[in-house]
Amino acid sequence: MKVLVTVKEVAEAADDFEIDGLDIASEYLEYDLNEWDEYAVEAAVQLQEAGHADEVVSVTIGPERTEETVRMALAKGVDRAVRVWDDDIAAAGLLDVDAKARLLEAVVAEEEPELVLTGVQANDDGFGATGVSLAERIGFEWAAVVNDLELEGDVAKVHRELEGGVEEHTEVDLPAVLTIQTGINEPRYASLRGIRQAQSKEIAPKTLADLGLDASAVESSFSMTAMYEPETESDATIFEGDAETTAAELATVLREKGVGAE
Amino acid sequence: MTVLAVADHRRGELRDVSYELVTAGRELAEALDAELHVAVVSGDVEAFAEHLSLDGVDTVHTVAHGEEFNHDVYVQALEALDAEVDPTVLLMPNSVNGLDYAPAVASSLGLPLVSDAVALAWDDGLTVTREMYASKVETTVDVDADRVAVTIRGGEWGPTEDHGSPAVEAFDLTVDESRVRSRVTGFEEVGGGDVDIADADVLVSVGRGIEEEENIELVEELADAMGATLSASRPIVDNGWLPKNRQVGQSGKVVTPDVYLAIGISGAVQHVAGMKGAETIIAINTDPNAPIFDIADYGIVGDLFDVVPALVEQFR
Repeated sequence: MKVLVTVKEVAEAADDFEIDGLDIASEYLEYDLNEWDEYAVEAAVQLQEAGHADEVVSVTIGPERTEETVRMALAKGVDRAVRVWDDDIAAAGLLDVDAKARLLEAVVAEEEPELVLTGVQANDDGFGATGVSLAERIGFEWAAVVNDLELEGDVAKVHRELEGGVEEHTEVDLPAVLTIQTGINEPRYASLRGIRQAQSKEIAPKTLADLGLDASAVESSFSMTAMYEPETESDATIFEGDAETTAAELATVLREKGVGAE
Repeated sequence: MTVLAVADHRRGELRDVSYELVTAGRELAEALDAELHVAVVSGDVEAFAEHLSLDGVDTVHTVAHGEEFNHDVYVQALEALDAEVDPTVLLMPNSVNGLDYAPAVASSLGLPLVSDAVALAWDDGLTVTREMYASKVETTVDVDADRVAVTIRGGEWGPTEDHGSPAVEAFDLTVDESRVRSRVTGFEEVGGGDVDIADADVLVSVGRGIEEEENIELVEELADAMGATLSASRPIVDNGWLPKNRQVGQSGKVVTPDVYLAIGISGAVQHVAGMKGAETIIAINTDPNAPIFDIADYGIVGDLFDVVPALVEQFR
């Protein structure tokens, strides 16, 4: 079977940053593969190694720059990738959940995977909803926040990580979309050989027109109106000075609270 | 107009976010001059309806079907309720179960979904406040739609506790079993093990800032010297550097020690959800803007690799 794994390049903000209009100024942003997607890629590659998957394809929505990030997935064993982007998508700004799901739906229609893996959420906009929204659109079954996965015939046996140290055991009929939680596996490092091989793997660029869509596919019903740093409510006592001085002051506080008393 | 809030429950108990949803829903209903309806699906819905008979709630809809959460049933139940109630705003929890059904419900009903809201306002339309870039910024989002689905973050609204006297209406749901393609087969408590961090009076907790597995030893040494118990934030457990039973947070243990010393922990919301009940919170972190300092009582802005050895010396 074919496994499609969605990946996203996410921006991380530096410790100190400035906001420029409705986004963090670009010089304070660094780009990386979304942490949750790293685990989804690993899960997909492991399914291939276990003989469940014949082919693993990654899909991303992003400008040409994101190919660098997608190459990391290819270097870890993904066979090939699809990158969706054009001027209309660029002009649309922040894509809402529905717009992303519409784009991915069109890719699913072309690729016809039996299993789609996504990260639970993206570290930048954090909607945490694209995978399940996609599943509903394409008529696949789904499970969200999966931290254990076994395939048995046409059934995915998953654990869903609930709050408070409880896991739910669920059986999901394929075809399905699973949103993958961190910790499900140990994402591998890309080997030098993998990185070399990734250079020759295909990353197929697709426009809205290529997918049979037009600009209406990325119309969003919401607009961002402000971005600001949250007001801190901190009233913490901060110890200043070198490590010895601050450690001594903190130790005094800790001892007052009974820590370290014999 | 109506606001419809969907309660969250697990293994026979309503979860806290259910009462917070009522607060958020009540605020919105007042702003909209709308009724507040609450839905509870599956489980002992009659008992749940009693608990959800809260001040400001006009109607509680009970949908009896199965004992536990099943997202296929939830989707069908909310499709049917939506047709009857026609809510202007459909409020759901951004809990793990919310993540598992809310996007499907929104998509199925053709509603825009704004997830993980931390504040809501209504002025001719809905404005949602949410966080981005790992909680480093807040954004406001205006929704241009007649009807909208929203999931709210737990812990952001106070719970509604005052009783009220809403109408309780049993909703008769006919489930299309051919659309039920998932089965919950059981639950498991994970990571029991040798130590229960929930019992500890003093926790020394280590996070991503420790960088390498071998550096954990440094924090272990401090915990030993202080007579404290070692715990961790999620990335440490994901990496397999410490066992699951040491994890503090939403998906780990909720802890309430006298002293919680957070070392190299930035303070992501999921972590804070597990430790904000500590009596005294102390943070050591290089980033002065790390969210952990917002809830800390004491802090050191500095390199843990300098501060921790110095602190070990203090307790030797």
